[in-house]
Parts: sequence; structure tokens; C-alpha cells
Amino acid sequence: MTGGTGDRGAAGWPRVRTVGVDGFLVSFADSLSEPANRAALAFLDALEREAPEGTEETSTSLVSTYLRFDPTAVAHDAVRAALAALLASRDWYAAPLPGGRRLWHVPTVFGTDLAPQFDEAAAAAGLSPEAALESLTTARVRVQTIGFAPGQPYLGELPADWDIPRQTQLTEKVPAGALGLAIRQMVLFSVPTPTGWRHVGQTGFPLFRPEAETPFVLRPGDELCFEAVTPEKLAALDEAPMGGARSEVLA
Amino acid sequence: MSGQLIVHRAGPGLTLQDEGRPGYLRQGLSRGGAADSLALSEGRALLGQGAGTLALEMAGMGGEFEATEDLRIALTGAPMRASIDGARVAWHASHLLPAGARLVLGAMEAGAYGYLHLGGGVTAAPRLGAGSAHLSAGIGGRIEPGQRLALNPDPRPGATGFKIAAEPRFEGGEVRVVPSLQTEFFTPEERARFEESTFTRDARGNRMGVRFLPEGPGFASSAGLSVLSEVIVPGDIQITGDGTPFVLMCECQTTGGYPRIGAVLPADLPKVAQCAPNGQLRFRFLTLEEGLAAETRARAERKRLGARISRLIRRPEDIRDLLAYNLVGGVTAGDDLERSAEWA
Repeated sequence: MTGGTGDRGAAGWPRVRTVGVDGFLVSFADSLSEPANRAALAFLDALEREAPEGTEETSTSLVSTYLRFDPTAVAHDAVRAALAALLASRDWYAAPLPGGRRLWHVPTVFGTDLAPQFDEAAAAAGLSPEAALESLTTARVRVQTIGFAPGQPYLGELPADWDIPRQTQLTEKVPAGALGLAIRQMVLFSVPTPTGWRHVGQTGFPLFRPEAETPFVLRPGDELCFEAVTPEKLAALDEAPMGGARSEVLA
Repeated sequence: MSGQLIVHRAGPGLTLQDEGRPGYLRQGLSRGGAADSLALSEGRALLGQGAGTLALEMAGMGGEFEATEDLRIALTGAPMRASIDGARVAWHASHLLPAGARLVLGAMEAGAYGYLHLGGGVTAAPRLGAGSAHLSAGIGGRIEPGQRLALNPDPRPGATGFKIAAEPRFEGGEVRVVPSLQTEFFTPEERARFEESTFTRDARGNRMGVRFLPEGPGFASSAGLSVLSEVIVPGDIQITGDGTPFVLMCECQTTGGYPRIGAVLPADLPKVAQCAPNGQLRFRFLTLEEGLAAETRARAERKRLGARISRLIRRPEDIRDLLAYNLVGGVTAGDDLERSAEWA
């Protein structure tokens, strides 16, 4: 899966840019690709283990790694130089996926009034509701990054049929556990939120549990399958741990 | 000595706040914490509090409070009409709130976020390392009328009656901006127009972000709507679909797809937070080097807040009952200022 500047070794990438006065963003591509995504995750992992002096926080987006530092403790140029040295130390696009990955099976209601935009999304993808259901329940998607809201995964990549745009109008609010879809990606919402992604499925999967020992459930690299269930079955799973989602360790 | 703070009346925007939760960005959780972090530091300096002590943040409007035991308080941030048992008390200052007295924090005179700091702070079990509310993440919640907040023992009981010379930031004005990762999506002409514009703070604004309406047409970028979602940090000025800027604040989402024209200098974010609806702001670009120098100066200043503290001169007519007033209690070793400076 390559495309655009996501190809390994494309000219001009990776690229280091400033974020305000106290941050750097290391981007591995300007479009989503699996090598660039793996590179961003691996670079984050390396920054956590070999943090440049003055580092305060790190994170990733889909194809970039972010570092925030204390500009009063360390020179801006010194952090840039440390990042350049780390970047040059290996081929990040060849990095493996993070370790300890899991496969999650997530009971999901597609369509009905729990997920009212399923039919609309299927139509936008040029699929019958039956074909759309078959496609979404057989797809296996990977957590590309966690972001936007606590514990919330960006999931991809869906078959090419699903390259449908975001809505121009925002949906005022989708509930936690909602499955949104756009541009061959899905988002599983961890908190109620307005969104431009179409609400195609509804789960009971709690992704952010501030009181729990593991407040953030999913990790980048984890994979998810969505199993179609009826609204009644989903309601019955309400009390089940993880809303009925089960995980197995991936090799 | 601990006790409780009884909330008799509360505006709709009261939450407990501290420095927030840095370190969870990679999990999708923004830092949160006080919307005006300088006001938090000022309260810390006035009361000699350490980081993590919870204060009450009041968006737009205050409330009426009573302590069950004598309590040191400090009032910072957006100035509000404040009184203790009917006697007016100064803002940007520390006071003794006697047990049973009513503290009334009324209409805001300027700005958007006022802070009530309490001696040892409010007791709260930390969640993900902090006690503050992060409303968009569903951590903690709003303070409601009738609530009784448990207070920690005050580690430094005694000294009150100090004021702090607060940096002016409650009337809008100029905010310094540095280029950020997507500034180049905007032409030099659009950036120049952005700098020349005066913006009016929209009614739409909260701890996640604040919308600013330009006097002229919106701002266009070459990014379109196809730009990949990228990391967002507080201070980012995102240009939404209709060309209107939205300054992202402490409780913002951690990634987003709208292009960002620049980033507000962290030191100037309190001024953005404190720009009340209909207030006016302008943005001025600094180079990265200028921004670094300004931010470094501001952070050094922040560490010297104690130098801005002085004794509050009470006018005798403001003292509700001079005879009952504990004049002896006001006598100290005379090193309060030095100690305040040390705490700051």
C-alpha cells in the first residue's frame, strides 16, 4: 500500500517543521500510507526511549510524530539537531509495527436508528446495504493512531469503495461508541462529539475509562473486526465487560 | 484545619482547575487545566500554593460561597465584583474568609475567567494524575449549587491581605503569533490581511476553543479540505471551512484537519482566554526567533511573580467592623514578601 509521497525514500521526506515556539513535527509523508504510519509510530517509540534533552511530551498523528520541549531549558536548534540525528540513524519506513498488538472483535449494530447514516454511506460508496454490511463486517482495520479525543482510534484502511468524503454539514452529536466512516477510514468515538464522519455503526465499546487501571483501551497497531449484532443483542451486552468486545493477541 | 466550602450559588461555568494533565497527548487527551494559566500562577503566588492545588475557575459569572472554617482565599483572573459579608474586597488579592461569612462574587467587570483560590485547595482524588475537570473528555464535571467541597488543610495558614499587580489581559488587544506547520498554506497576502484585521470574539467559545469573527471576508488557504488530520496544540489558530479563525484552547481536540495559519505564543494565550464575547483582538506575527525570545522572557517573569506582590492597603471604611477585626492577626514576621517570592 503506497501512494503519493508516502513511498519510502520519496524526495523531501521525512520533513521537520516547527509547531509554535516549543514543538517540532516530524512528518513522513503528506498522505496516509502504511510505511509512513509505521515510521511515525516507530519514531515515537524511539523518542520515548532516547528523548532529546528538554523533551516534555510526544505523540503521533497518522504519518507524523510530535515533540514538545521546554525552550527555556534547551536551545531550539539543539532539539532540531537531535531530531535530525535520530532521523538519520535508520530507515524508519522499514520499521515493524509496534509489539504487543491485539485483534479485537467488536459487536456492532449497523444501521437502524442507532446508526442512522449507514444506508446513506452505503449509497455514497455505490454499494447495496447488503454488500456494504458484508464489506464492513469482513474488513479488518488497524489502529493507525490515537487522537482527537481520549483513547479514540483512527482505523484503516477500508476497501477503495469507501473513499467517500466527509459530510459538509456536521452531525451535531454522536454518542460514545459510535462508528464513523469517511475517506476509507473509520473512527470509533470515545466521547460524545459533533462530527463530519457518517455514523454507520454503534458499539458499546468503552475506549476511555478515566477510573480504570487501563484508562485507554486501544493501542496503535491493534486490529479490529466489527461483528453485526441486533440492537437487542447490543443492549444485552450493555453490562458485559468492554461492551462485549473480545481481544486476542496477534503474533 | 480543613473544613468545607459550601457553594450556595454557582454560575454555569464553575469547574475545579489546576495545571492540567500534560503527557496524555499521545492518548488523545489534551492538557486541560486552567484556561488562564497566569491567573492560576498568580493565585499560587498570593497563597504560597504548590502545583496541583485545585482552584475554582469561574467562566462568565461567579457565585456565593461560605467556608465552615476560617479560610485564606485569593481572587485572580477576570475581575469581578467581590464582597465578604457585604463589604467590598479587592480583586487580584488574598483575603481571610472567616468561617460562616458569605463570599459573593458577582458580575464580571472585564475578561472571561475568574479564579477563587482556597488555602490548601479542594480535596479531590486525582484521575490520570490531576484533580481538574476536563469537560470534553468527561473527566470531572461542573460545580453545582448546594455542593460542599472538602478542603485540604492549609499548609501556610496566616498571611493574607496581599495584592498582585496583574498583567493587563482582560480587554483584548494584541496577541503575538508565530508561524506554525501549516502557515505556508496561506499566501503572504492572506497572512498580511490576517495581521491587519481586527477580530471580534464570537459568543461561541469555551475551554476547547474560541471563535473570532474578522471584520472582512474569511481567510482562504491552498490546503482545501483534503489536508491530512494533523497534531493540534493549544494556541493553534485553525481556519475553519467558512474562513473564520478558531483559536484552540487548553481543552482542545488533539488532532484536526483544518489548516492553521499560525500559533499564539503560549505566553499570550491568557489574553485570548480572557477576551470576553464582543471583545476585540488583533494578531501580530513574530519570527520564530522573536517568539522564542518573548516566550523565554515571559516564562522567566512567571517565575518571579512574587516580585509583583505587595501589601493590600485597606481603607478603614472598607473594614466592616474595625473593632472585631483581628489586627494582631495581620502582624507577621515581616518576611511575607520574601516568602511569597520564594513560593512563586
